[in-house]
Amino acid sequence: MAIDPGLKSELQKHGVFTIPFEELYNWSRKSSIWPLQFGLACCAIEMIASAASRYDLARFGAEVFRATPRQADLMIVAGTVTKKMAPQVVRLWNQMPEPKYCISMGACAISGGPFKDGYNVLKGIDRYIPVDVHIPGCPPRPEALIHAIMTLQRKIAGTDLEAGRRPRWYDSSATTDFPIPAFGEHDLVPPANREIWSPPKDYTDVTIAEVLKKS
Amino acid sequence: MEAIEKIKEVLVASVQGAQIEIIASTPAAAQPALLVDRDHVAGVARFLKEDDRFKMDFCSCVTGVDYPALGVIEVVYHLYSVALRQGPVVLKVRAPRDLQECHVPSLTPVWRGCEFQEREAYDLYGVKFTGHPDLRRILMWDEFTDHPMRKDYVPPQDYEWEPTPHDATLDRAKAAGGIVPPTALEDAKKK
Ligand code: SF4
Repeated sequence: MAIDPGLKSELQKHGVFTIPFEELYNWSRKSSIWPLQFGLACCAIEMIASAASRYDLARFGAEVFRATPRQADLMIVAGTVTKKMAPQVVRLWNQMPEPKYCISMGACAISGGPFKDGYNVLKGIDRYIPVDVHIPGCPPRPEALIHAIMTLQRKIAGTDLEAGRRPRWYDSSATTDFPIPAFGEHDLVPPANREIWSPPKDYTDVTIAEVLKKS
Repeated sequence: MEAIEKIKEVLVASVQGAQIEIIASTPAAAQPALLVDRDHVAGVARFLKEDDRFKMDFCSCVTGVDYPALGVIEVVYHLYSVALRQGPVVLKVRAPRDLQECHVPSLTPVWRGCEFQEREAYDLYGVKFTGHPDLRRILMWDEFTDHPMRKDYVPPQDYEWEPTPHDATLDRAKAAGGIVPPTALEDAKKK
């Protein structure tokens, strides 16, 4: 329900603040994001720098890094996800209570980065868990991580609580478990969670062979 | 430190039956190596460690090298003496590439520090170290069956989506019928 902006500012002059419940609720949630305290490679160093005094993530209410997934609501995947580590990352994600968010920080977490052709590196964590914000860079600067947190805050602020348009976690029957990949003989099994990951739709019609034929 | 020829002479005289060959290296590296036969490498190692002239008490590095052309996997040990402040002596030993035959004696009983590094060579090159106390994979998971640093290793076919393909990756994506952004292909054609 929208309140007339003129009335709102008139009331404000008299010291009366009006705010829809939804906005208040989202504002309080976005102002206290607790990230999970874990880092996987060099990107984690930038994450640590962001949380330390010089860049001071605390200004955005996200400085309380929790050492347990049960108390965290943001997973910052900071660094190279090796195939040996990927099942553990998914397991941690499953243990975080809803509502939870994921930031994929750096080229490695997005796509495997400089190591994507390696036998041991996962080509992006979005193959197993849903990512809310991607930050490009190798490594992204602390400002970029702060920008990602602000982007996430905008997303949280826009959460719709109306029945029917609520996010998945208000549906008590919805599962929050994402399948944990198993260690196979040559690769992780399955190599990606098909329900949440597929190659970008825009390009699915163009295979390389076709493009080469046309040229 | 003695010249490599001298070391070889001493070793041949001291370790019964050892077949030792000197392998030259680039002038820049200036680290010629001693290629020892499989049966005597443990004896040579123990001698280098215990003899007063060498006292090689520290094995700093163990690694594998794949030579498909020669049909061998080579294991390289870099030895130093902390006591006499000298080194390195580079010890090499070869085994056939065939997985059944690919075994060399473990030097972990001589230098305890070899344990993890021999496990790494086993994991990535498939060299079995006989006499190793705990030969398991160390980097890859236990269920993994390949040895990825071998040159004939075939990586899993996950090239269905390649945002920035080039060279070998482009070829692999092509073979897999993968998807790439059209701009990436234009870049590849320009080259
Ligand atoms: S993206 Fe770059 S800085 Fe970040 S983990 Fe990968 S290699 Fe390290």
